[in-house]
Formats: sequence, structure tokens, C-alpha cells
Amino acid sequence: MSDHSATQSHGLVHRDDEGSKLGMWLFIFTEILLFGALFIVYSVYRFKNQDAFHAAALNLDTVIGTVNTVILIVSSATIAMSISALQQKNKKLAITLMVITLVLAFSFLVNKYFEWGAKFHHGLYPGAEHLMSLGHGQNQFFFLYFFMTGLHAFHVIVGMGFIIFVMRQVMRDELTYNNYTRLENAGLYWHLVDLIWIYLFPLFYLIH
Amino acid sequence: MSETVLKAGSAEPQYQPSYLEMETKHKGILSWILATDHKRIAQLYFFSMMTMFLIGALIGVLIRIELMAPGRTIMDAQTYNGFFTLHGIIMIFMFVIPGLPAVFGNFVMPIMIGAKDVAFPRVNLLSWYLYVIGGIIVLTSQFVGSGPPDGGWTFYAPYSVKSAANIGMAAMGAFFLGFSSILTGLNFLVTIHRMRAPGMSWDRIPLFVWSLYATGWIQILATPVIGITLVLIVFERVFQLGFFDPAFGGDPILYQHLFWIYSHPAVYVMILPAMGAISEIIPTFAQRTIFGYKAIVASSLLIAFVGYFVWGHHMYTSGMSDTAKWVFSFITFLVAIPSAIKVFNWVATLYKGSINIQPPLLYAVAFMFTFMIGGFTGLIIGAVAQDIHLHDTTFIVGHFHYIVFGGTGFAFFGALHYWYPKMYGRMYNIKLANIAWGLFFFGFNVLYFPMFVAGYMGMPRRYFDYLPEFYIPNLISTMGSWFLYAGIILMIYNLVKSRKTGAIAPANPWHGVTLEWSIQSPPTYENFDEIPVVKDGPYKFK
Repeated sequence: MSDHSATQSHGLVHRDDEGSKLGMWLFIFTEILLFGALFIVYSVYRFKNQDAFHAAALNLDTVIGTVNTVILIVSSATIAMSISALQQKNKKLAITLMVITLVLAFSFLVNKYFEWGAKFHHGLYPGAEHLMSLGHGQNQFFFLYFFMTGLHAFHVIVGMGFIIFVMRQVMRDELTYNNYTRLENAGLYWHLVDLIWIYLFPLFYLIH
Repeated sequence: MSETVLKAGSAEPQYQPSYLEMETKHKGILSWILATDHKRIAQLYFFSMMTMFLIGALIGVLIRIELMAPGRTIMDAQTYNGFFTLHGIIMIFMFVIPGLPAVFGNFVMPIMIGAKDVAFPRVNLLSWYLYVIGGIIVLTSQFVGSGPPDGGWTFYAPYSVKSAANIGMAAMGAFFLGFSSILTGLNFLVTIHRMRAPGMSWDRIPLFVWSLYATGWIQILATPVIGITLVLIVFERVFQLGFFDPAFGGDPILYQHLFWIYSHPAVYVMILPAMGAISEIIPTFAQRTIFGYKAIVASSLLIAFVGYFVWGHHMYTSGMSDTAKWVFSFITFLVAIPSAIKVFNWVATLYKGSINIQPPLLYAVAFMFTFMIGGFTGLIIGAVAQDIHLHDTTFIVGHFHYIVFGGTGFAFFGALHYWYPKMYGRMYNIKLANIAWGLFFFGFNVLYFPMFVAGYMGMPRRYFDYLPEFYIPNLISTMGSWFLYAGIILMIYNLVKSRKTGAIAPANPWHGVTLEWSIQSPPTYENFDEIPVVKDGPYKFK
């Protein structure tokens, strides 16, 4: 979201790395509040339907969840390393690390696809007869599961777009060892995506 | 700024092409809708917003005509439901929330802090596009699908998830408008943090900028909550989820909490910049330093902060523990303290000032009058026991119109009359502006004051029909709306006409001392030839 738009707009030399980062941080605050509202909804319904949430959570595949958690944490590390690589003028390594991040992000989505597919297969989707028969609590669990992990997956896709966008600029030498704030911002955004998952994972998969 | 060093601007009469005439990459209309200049974006907002305001106001008048007498007057009940919903969505999300920040914040804030533009000009333009997209979606929802949205701008569940009307689309539009608001707030916060001119320390920032700063934090921290809540409503309607639908074990009260967690702070998004504009107008027309600069700054921040914790006062009758009720009630009363600090400071600023009665000051004084009535009635309904009686009556309607229209509306038009010569380099007809203000102010009070009476007598809000005993207050109220509308039309006529034919305005017609008065009218593309060095606080009059 935040970038050095001011540079282009007036044809003046106006570059404010601190300002760009501040903008990104503020945007991250709004993202946290966005998910924060959902965490409130989750807490309220978990409190109201403790047994049902417990039973519903048993349907989730902890293995895929764990694999995806590891994938995201590693991808957070690779994007951070690519910033360091660019700072050390190693453009090639920086790009390689961004590509690895993208591959990891994509594999996260592939896992998600199979995971969701399995839920649909078992009739555990909103509106399905089987899920309806399980009662309100389990319904709420799966509404939240699909909505929150879906919104998170959407953020993964946006984050990938952001990384592709800065990767192109690194390739064209528009971002370099002394002008890398936009890559840093992409990294910050990616860490946010990772961080949200770090909370979603235990809430849905681990707490039984 | 009396001791500010300025190489260019007021001292030099040499006129340079203004932002209205400048050469840009693009020609014609594209040079506007692809503009990244903060002043042009302010104009884009201004015109789209005035369009929406006039539509909203027209619907408001139609609603009043319908309520002129008991029974059906000019429309059927379902049209009426659609109209009050649309009136609310347009006025709240498209006029009062973005109003002062997007128009005057964009126009003068960068100039006031001595900057050439906002921090992210392209994001600024994106905000306007999101605003327009949101507006188009909301308006389209009226004409497509299964009928105009009904049920009010609050989208209360479970009605909003069950109604056959086209509510999902309207909610989606409001989501875009919220996103636009977030990006504006973000942009302003970074601008104020990073782009102040040398010497413009935090204790030298004009109060309007301070109010935008406080507002920016509310925008970025509260708006996402309603954003996601509206998305939940949309998903409930489209994908058969049931977050707030009791049929699926959902909790409608939870919806109300999530809604008001944003929408109460949003009230301060509406009113804080309005207070900021008033804090600019009053010292200029009293030619006197603002009384209690630091207290006003602190009260803005305090209102922004305390405003987060009062949302429950919208829900006294919804079902909440008694403890929660009195806690919310108590915190609601606390908001009155910083609000009163501001009013006292404005009055103290006027005291012994060289008062110059001009249209902006008239609007500012009207603001103080209506805002106080709005504020005091707010205390009445902030008390739990009284609210149980007055909840969902026209008393509430009177109260919030006194705040958001009497407050924000008067401040918006006051700011418009104040900065108009700066924006266009022309002066409007003062006499006509005074008459328009008189009609506006008179009509406003005649329109909204009877609502307190009718509400106190027990007339419910949002009802299509009412009992005969409410006839007189409703009739008076409807007549007031005609004066109000006449005032608005006259004001707009005056401003539109003067845009081309008004007398050429000097750079500083009101003898203001904040930075925007030190540059030519209308300002050049880059505002300042040379970034000024600020050596003193604002409002230092000779």
C-alpha cells in the first residue's frame, strides 16, 4: 500500500523510507484490527459452544495444518533473507529467495485447496445437510473456519502479488542495495500473513 | 504566521499558474481524474461529495414531506423504508465521515504544515476511486436486484441477512467507503509525522491538523472492524453462513457490538475535524490567539481515545448486563469533558477579540450553538434510565442530527466559506452568504428541534405512519426542512456563481496567520516555492 509515490508525482527527489515504512506499519495495524474483529467473533462463539467447538476441531487435519505452519514460517525467513541479500548487493540471491518464498506460498495454497476439498467431500461446508445435522455450535465453527482461513488465504494471494511486484522491480534494478524499502514493506506484509496464521493454527487445529 | 520566513507568496504579488490551471501530463478531464495533486483530489472529493449530499438532502426532504401528516402522503411504506436507509447510508458514509478530512484535510492540511503534498499521493487518488466505487455500488443497489435496501444504515442483523431487499450490495458499497476512509487516515498520519516543514514542531501544528491526526488514528483502528463485519453480512447472504442469524445459533447482539465498536468512534471521525475547522475559524475572525492551544489538542486526543469505549450506549435496550450499562454510561459522560473544554476555549478566544462577523464565523457560532444542544441531549440519552424511555424515538433522530448535521454540517460549510477564496481565488457575495446562512440556521432548528418534543412524547423513529397527536411537531419539522433546503440552494448558488464571476480574492482576505494564507490564491502546484521555516506557534496575531 505504501510506497514512494511522492517521488513520481512531483518529479521531485522526495524519498522517505521512514515514511513508507510508517505507512506500512499503520496498514498492518488496520489488518490486525480486521482479523481482530473475527477473533472476537471466534471467542464469543467458542465460549458459547465449547463442546461443539471441541468436537468440530477434531475434524481438522493437524498434519496438514502443521505442514502449512512450517511452510509459512520458512517463507517468512526466506523473504527476510532476500532483504539481507539485496542489502549486500547480491541481487541474484535476493531474487532466488523471493522465488522460494513464492513457491512456498503457492504450496501453502495447494495444501489449503486439498484441505478444503476434503471438508467439502465430508459434507462439512456451510449449507451442507451433514453439517446442518451437527447443530449450531459445529456450524459456527465451520463458518468461522472457512471465513477466517479463506480471508487469510486471500491475504496470502495479495502478499504473493506484492512480492511479484517488488521482484520485478529488483530485476529491473529499480530497487537496489540502497533503495530497498519497498522490498522491506513486502517482507513486513508477508510477516503479517505469517503472524495471523500463527494465531489461526492453534485456534482451529490445536485447541481441542 | 507572523514571524515565518517566506521568500515567496503574499509578499510577492507575482502570480504563477495555480493548481487549477497547471500543465500536466494528461489533458482535459484526465488531468483531474488522474491527478495526484492533493488540491485537485480535494476538488474531486468536493464535487462527488456535494453531489451525494444533495441527493441525500433531497431524499431527506421527501422523507419529511411523507411525515408531514399521518398516513400515506407521497410514498408507500416500502419506498419510505428504502429512502430512510439510503438517506442514512449516503449522509453517513459518503458525506459526514469523509467530508472534512477528504475535502479540507486534503486541500489545506499539507499546506498548513508546509508540505508540497501528502505522503502518498497515488494512494490518495486510490482513496477517491474507492469512494467513487463505493458510491456507485450503493446507488446501484437501489435499482437492481430485489428492491432497494431497507432496514436502515446500521444493517442490523438478523433483518439485514434475511430481508429480501438488496442489502448485501449496499453493505459492500459501505465496505469500499470504509476502505477509502482507512487509506485517507493512513496517508494523513504519515504526512503529519513525516512532512512537516522545518521548525513545525508538534506544539506548532495548527489545530485543524491536530484534529485530523486524532481522526486518522480512529480511521485506521476502528474502520477495519466495521469493514469485516459488513463483509460477514454479505457472506451470510451469499453463502448461507449464519454468524448473526439465530436460526444457525448466531448472535444478533454480537453484530450490534461489532457495528458500534466502529460506528461510535466514527461519530468522532465526523466531529473531530469539524471541531478542528472551528478552531481555525474562531481565532482568525477574533484576531486573537486561540485560548488553550494545548488543552484543545489534548481534548482532541482524549475524545479519540475515550470514544472507543462508549459504543455500548447504543445498546441499552438490546440486552446487556446492568454493570456493562452503567460502565458505558459513565464513560459516555466522560466524553462531555473534553468536548466542553473545546467550547469554553472557543468562547474564551472570542472574549475581547476584534470580532469580524463574516460568513465563516457565523457558521462557527451556529456550530457552537447546535453542537451544544446536540451534546447536552447526548448526555440525556447517555443516562440509562432516560434512554430506556427515549431509545428509538425521534428524540434520538433530533440528537444525532444536531451533532452530525448541526455540528459537522455547519463546520463543513463554515470551512467551505473560510477556505473558498483560497481554493478558487475568488470571493463569494458576503451578503448573500449571510442570508443563506440565516435560512440554513433557522430552517435547521425548526426542522430538528420539534423532533425532541415528538420523541419525548413517544413518537418512534423510522416509522412510516404515526398517531395524530404527533401531527403538530411533524408539521413544523417538515416546514423547517423547506427553509433549510432553501438556505442550502441559495448557498450553493452563491458559491457556484462566484466561482467564475466573484471578485478576485486577495491571498489573505481574512487576515489569517496559518501557512495557507501566506501563499497565493489559488495555490500553485507545489504550494510553496521554497519550503517555509516555521519559527513560532500558530495563531500569533499582531
